[in-house]
Amino acid sequence: MTQNIIEKIWDRHVTTQLEGHPAVLAIDFMLIHEVTSAQAFQALRDKNLEVFDRGRLLATLDHSIPTRPNRLEIYDEAARTQVETLRKNCADFGVPIADYDQGQGIVHVIGPESGLTQPGMTIVCGDSHTSTHGAFGALAFGIGTSEVATVLASGCLLQQAPRTMKVEFTGSFQKGVYPKDAILKLIAEIGIGGATGHVIEYTGEAIRSMRMDERMTICNMSIECGARAGVISPDRVTFDFIKGKKFAPREADWDRAVVYWESFASDENCAYDREIVIDVSDLKPMVTWGTNPGQAAAITDRIPGLATLSGSEKQSAKQALEYIGLTDGQELLGTPIDWAFVGSCTNGRIEDLRVAASILRGKKISPAVTFYVVPGSEEVRRQAIAEGLDVVFRDAGADFRMPGCSMCLAMNDDQVPAGKRCVSSSNRNFVGRQGNGSRTHLASPATVAASALEGKLALCEKYL
Amino acid sequence: MQKFTSVTSHVVPVPIRDVDTDMIIPADFLKGVTREGYGANVFKRLRDQDPNFPFNQQQYQGAKILVADDNFGCGSSREHAVWALADWGIRAIISSSFADIFSSNCGKNGLVLVDLEKEIVQQLLESAQEKELRATVDLINQVVELPSGQKYSFQYDPFRKHCIMSGLDDIDYIRSHEAAISAFRTEQAETTFFSSTQANR
Repeated sequence: MTQNIIEKIWDRHVTTQLEGHPAVLAIDFMLIHEVTSAQAFQALRDKNLEVFDRGRLLATLDHSIPTRPNRLEIYDEAARTQVETLRKNCADFGVPIADYDQGQGIVHVIGPESGLTQPGMTIVCGDSHTSTHGAFGALAFGIGTSEVATVLASGCLLQQAPRTMKVEFTGSFQKGVYPKDAILKLIAEIGIGGATGHVIEYTGEAIRSMRMDERMTICNMSIECGARAGVISPDRVTFDFIKGKKFAPREADWDRAVVYWESFASDENCAYDREIVIDVSDLKPMVTWGTNPGQAAAITDRIPGLATLSGSEKQSAKQALEYIGLTDGQELLGTPIDWAFVGSCTNGRIEDLRVAASILRGKKISPAVTFYVVPGSEEVRRQAIAEGLDVVFRDAGADFRMPGCSMCLAMNDDQVPAGKRCVSSSNRNFVGRQGNGSRTHLASPATVAASALEGKLALCEKYL
Repeated sequence: MQKFTSVTSHVVPVPIRDVDTDMIIPADFLKGVTREGYGANVFKRLRDQDPNFPFNQQQYQGAKILVADDNFGCGSSREHAVWALADWGIRAIISSSFADIFSSNCGKNGLVLVDLEKEIVQQLLESAQEKELRATVDLINQVVELPSGQKYSFQYDPFRKHCIMSGLDDIDYIRSHEAAISAFRTEQAETTFFSSTQANR
C-alpha cells in the first residue's frame, strides 16, 4: 500500500491507539519560548512531575524581548518577569536554553539552523508557526500551553489522525517572484479556513527547485489557511542543509540517518483527501490588501471588487478596507507606506536579508519610511555582519537590529504607530497585529525592500 | 479542568467571521505567567473601538454562551484566548466552524465548542442581536435547546466528552499507557539522530 509522508510519520509515532480514543502520539522534539510556557512548567510543579527527556527540548527567548542594542535591559516589567521565569524554569527542570549569546533566536529559525530539525520527526511548540519545520519532512505543528505541559511531562500528545491535502506548485518563478508570493496566492485562493482539519504536503517542480529557506517560508504560512502543519518530502537539498550543523549526526550515523530519512518521502501515486494544483509561472508579486492573509492580490492588480462577495465575507472585506484605509477597486501599486519590516520566522533568514540588501545596496530608502531589519537569530545576524549586510542596511537608512520576533507581533517596543502603513515580510496582517491601529501589507522581502526605496508599494523586479 | 455537563444562559453574539485569537486577546496581554486574569481584556480592541460591541453592552453581561460566525479562533496558538473567554464567563461557543488549535485548546479547558449548520448559526446570531436569546447547551445529550422547544443536535468527540464530563486530564491518560510508550522509545533509539543536550555527537 502506498503512503504519503504525513501518514508515514503518523504511523511511525503512534504508541497506543484504543478504539474510539485519540492516538497517543510520541513527540520527538519541542521548542519552548517565554510567552507560552510559564503556565506549563507550573502545571508540572502542581503535579510534582519532572520533564520526561531534556534532550528532546530546547528553549529560547524570542517573542517579547527587545531588539534594541542594549537588549539585556528589559524595561517592560511583565516581559522581564516572563524572561526570568523561563530562565528559572529551564534551570529548575534542566531544560537546555539558547539564551543570549548562546544561539538565541526565533524558535523556528534556531531549530533548523542548529540541525535539531530533522526529517521524519514529530515537532511541536507553543506557537502556530511551528509548521515551518515541515520543510524538512517533519510533522510539525503548533500547540497550546496545556499541551506544552503534556509534552514536557510525557513526551506525547493525544491526537486524532489529520486529513491530508496535496498542494502541487508547478512551473517556475519569474524574476522578482518568490515562494512568499506563492504561499500568499494559495491562501488567497482557498481562504484562511480553507485547509482547516488538514495537514498539507507541498509537492511539484517549483518546490523541488527551492532552497530550504524558501521551503520554510512556504510551510511556515500553512497555518494561515487553517492547516495545522505543512510538510515537504525530504530530498538531497534537505540533507545537504542539515549536514555539518551543530546537532546533526556524523560519520556512520550520518549515512544511517539519510537512509532512514529517505524512507519518509511520499510514495509515488500515494493518495490524499484533497488535491490542489497551482501554477507559479504566471504568478506576480503578491501583497495583502485587507486584515487577514487571505485578502491578498497581485501587487499589479486593483483591490478585488466587493461586488463579487456576499454576506459575511462582504461585510468582513468592507470592514478590512475601512481599517486599512483603502477603497474598493483601488490600485495597490503606488500606495504610500510609512514603515517597512524584514524579519520574522517567515522571512528573517540570511537569504531574506541578502535579497533585501541586494536591492538596497548603494541606495537610500525614502525619507518617509522607517525600516526595521530584524535577523531571525544571532547566527543570522552574525552571518549578515560577516557579509557586510549590516553596513548596506545602515547606509541605506534602515535599522539593523538584534534578533527576535519583533514587529511580527509587536509584543515588545517594535510597534507600527496607529494609522501608519507597514509593508512587512511577516505572516499576519490582523487588525492591530503590528501595534494598535497599525496597517499591514504582507509581502516578500524583495517587495518590502523595493517599496521602502520608493516610499510606496513597488515592484522589486527592476532592482534585481 | 472545569467539568461540564450542561449550561443554560442568555447568548452573546459576535457577528464577525474569521475571529482570530489576536482579536480575542491582543498580544499586549500575553505577558502573564499564570492562567488567571485575562477576562478583563477579552476582545479588548473591539471593545475599545466600538461601544456597541456586544461584550460592552449591559444586556449581554454574564452570558455563558457565545455564538459567532464562521471559522472562529483562527491564527495564533495562544491558549490565553481560551483563558480570556473562560475568565469572562463563557462556557460554550456555537459556530459553523472552529480553527484546529483553538479547538484543541478549548477541549483542554472544558470550554465546549458546538458546531452547527451555517444557516442555524446565522439565525441564532440574528436572534441574539434582536432581543434576548436564551439557550441550553447540553453536552450529555449533545443538543442545543431554545426556550421555544426548538432543538439542534451536534456532534462531539466521544473521548473529549468523557474527559470534559469527568475532568480527566491528558497527562493522566497518557501516563496510564506508560508501558507502550517506553517500549516505543526503546525501539526508537536506533533511529534517533539528535539530542539537544549533546552537540556534535
